[in-house]
Amino acid sequence: MTGQTISEKLLSEKSGQNVQAGDYVEAAVDVMMTHDVTGPLAFEVFESVTGDDPELVAPDNTAITIDHHAPADGVKAANNHNIVREFADKYGAHQYDVGDGICHQVLVEEGFVSPGDLVIGADSHSTTFGGVGCFGTGVGSTDLGTTLATGKLWFRVPETLRFEVEGDLPDGVYAKDLILKFIGDVGFAGCTYKAAEYGGSAVESLPVHERLVLSNMAIEMGGKAGLVAPDEQTVEFLAAQTGTRPTVPAYTHPDDDADYEAVYRYRADTISPQVAIPSNPENAVPVQEVVGTDIDQLFVGTCTNGRYEDIRIVADIIEAEQLAPNVRMVVVPASRSVYKQMMETGVLQTFVDAGAIVQSAGCGPCFGTHQGVLGDGDVCLATANRNFPGREGSMNSEVYLASPATVGASALYGEITDPREVALNRYDDSVLEGVGV
Amino acid sequence: MTETRTDCEIDTTQPGHAWTFGDDIDTDQIIPSRFLVSTDPAELGGHAFNDLRAEFASNVEDGDFVVGGHNFGSGSSREHAPLSLLGAGVDGVVAQSFARIFFRNGINLGLPVLICPDADQIRDGDTISLRLTEGTVTNHTTGQEYDGEPLPEFLQTIVNRGGLVQHTRAKLGGE
Repeated sequence: MTGQTISEKLLSEKSGQNVQAGDYVEAAVDVMMTHDVTGPLAFEVFESVTGDDPELVAPDNTAITIDHHAPADGVKAANNHNIVREFADKYGAHQYDVGDGICHQVLVEEGFVSPGDLVIGADSHSTTFGGVGCFGTGVGSTDLGTTLATGKLWFRVPETLRFEVEGDLPDGVYAKDLILKFIGDVGFAGCTYKAAEYGGSAVESLPVHERLVLSNMAIEMGGKAGLVAPDEQTVEFLAAQTGTRPTVPAYTHPDDDADYEAVYRYRADTISPQVAIPSNPENAVPVQEVVGTDIDQLFVGTCTNGRYEDIRIVADIIEAEQLAPNVRMVVVPASRSVYKQMMETGVLQTFVDAGAIVQSAGCGPCFGTHQGVLGDGDVCLATANRNFPGREGSMNSEVYLASPATVGASALYGEITDPREVALNRYDDSVLEGVGV
Repeated sequence: MTETRTDCEIDTTQPGHAWTFGDDIDTDQIIPSRFLVSTDPAELGGHAFNDLRAEFASNVEDGDFVVGGHNFGSGSSREHAPLSLLGAGVDGVVAQSFARIFFRNGINLGLPVLICPDADQIRDGDTISLRLTEGTVTNHTTGQEYDGEPLPEFLQTIVNRGGLVQHTRAKLGGE
């Protein structure tokens, strides 16, 4: 028998049988998550399947956030928030409220996820948890609602596409540029029903906050999961976040002779900063092809690039500068913790002084209903993950996707700008050591 | 409406009109995010394809079908997308390929989803019907029959039971 991928090993462990790609298994789920949009429907399902004696199978490992319509942008959204609060209170789930942050970021910060966990979230970007060595995957409300009751869910064990990047990343190139490049190469549906594994020396060198970016956007190529084998950096990162040192199970590492459907190999020094042009994330081009494109709005945030290190890169670029005339910048930290880090390190001041708008933690305009949606003809350059028609507002608006560095550089000129034209920083996970939160 | 669903039976749907869409129709376009404040299928159905094809919700009839190209239902995991189609009276979705979460959500809600490589031959307004166990589509307008991919048997069981809720209830009930 040939070796196994991370997905095959992890789902073997969670299903108690030796599986390979293509097998259907019922697996034990470690962590369950939902939020203010998908939650109410999941709660109806949960109460429908459990009948007279509803009980969460694992309340300690159930987390519910209020992050999408947060703060509430209308009465119906506010009522849904109350449904979340009442459900969590009634059944003993962990609940995070308006301003606490985006589900994916909160679960990592709060210590819900450890290497080797099987995590399901009723949100498509639940692939994020692969950045710390979890099999994280997005499901619908019915899957989530039934799993809240049973702790088990069926999976088809996915084939795996492996992406290997060797060497040192050039200036101006970050994890966001890598994943946009991967999506551009395999296509928006190129990893559908499959898992992505990321490796090679450039990926192994990435700090964990950057690995989370790779895993987060696996879904933009259709991926069921996006996995980075956890290592000592992962342990240090999670220990710093949560105060507890997790163990790294052997089943989170692929065999040397694992059977991949395809292996994509890159030399880091050949990759340039990428921009995905409207209206599909697969439309990745080197930034030089779109330099000079006029912008109306810049958006810094989301579960992809709303972490402190991302926001700090933008702040470094615009420090003591002003936004270009006629552009507006919306900054939405991924969590309250990130917000406090921005306050304590002066980053918040930098944005306010430069003329930017800083909002409370949450999904922001990436959800397309509030906090800076786009009007007809507006063009936005965003650190976000999706640029579908109408994703951030009007069907007649356009969204370009890029790294925080590209967004920061472009803010100075009001047009898409090559980030290599400005002085750039790159942060490892220890940038926040000594910052009390 | 589909015929009464019982285990290991059905499964020829009644003929209905096809509403055709292209590739990469994401769930934001099936049901825009501003309508996600409701979980009521009928209310959601009233906004299905609101921004992409405004006449859909008012003109769709019970028993019609949605026909997509490649990667239908990509993007957000919102189950409101297949739920809105059910609420609009849609009896099934045929596409050349589906995004994973939408496909799964469709099965979980008991909305027939059928992968059919020839779905692009179906024209808007054609009358079609589906045979789910065999995975075929009949085009009554043109007389053509297209081969698709039948669902694995255990997924057919979920669809036949009307979705994962009924399936889980049956399992929890010791069946």
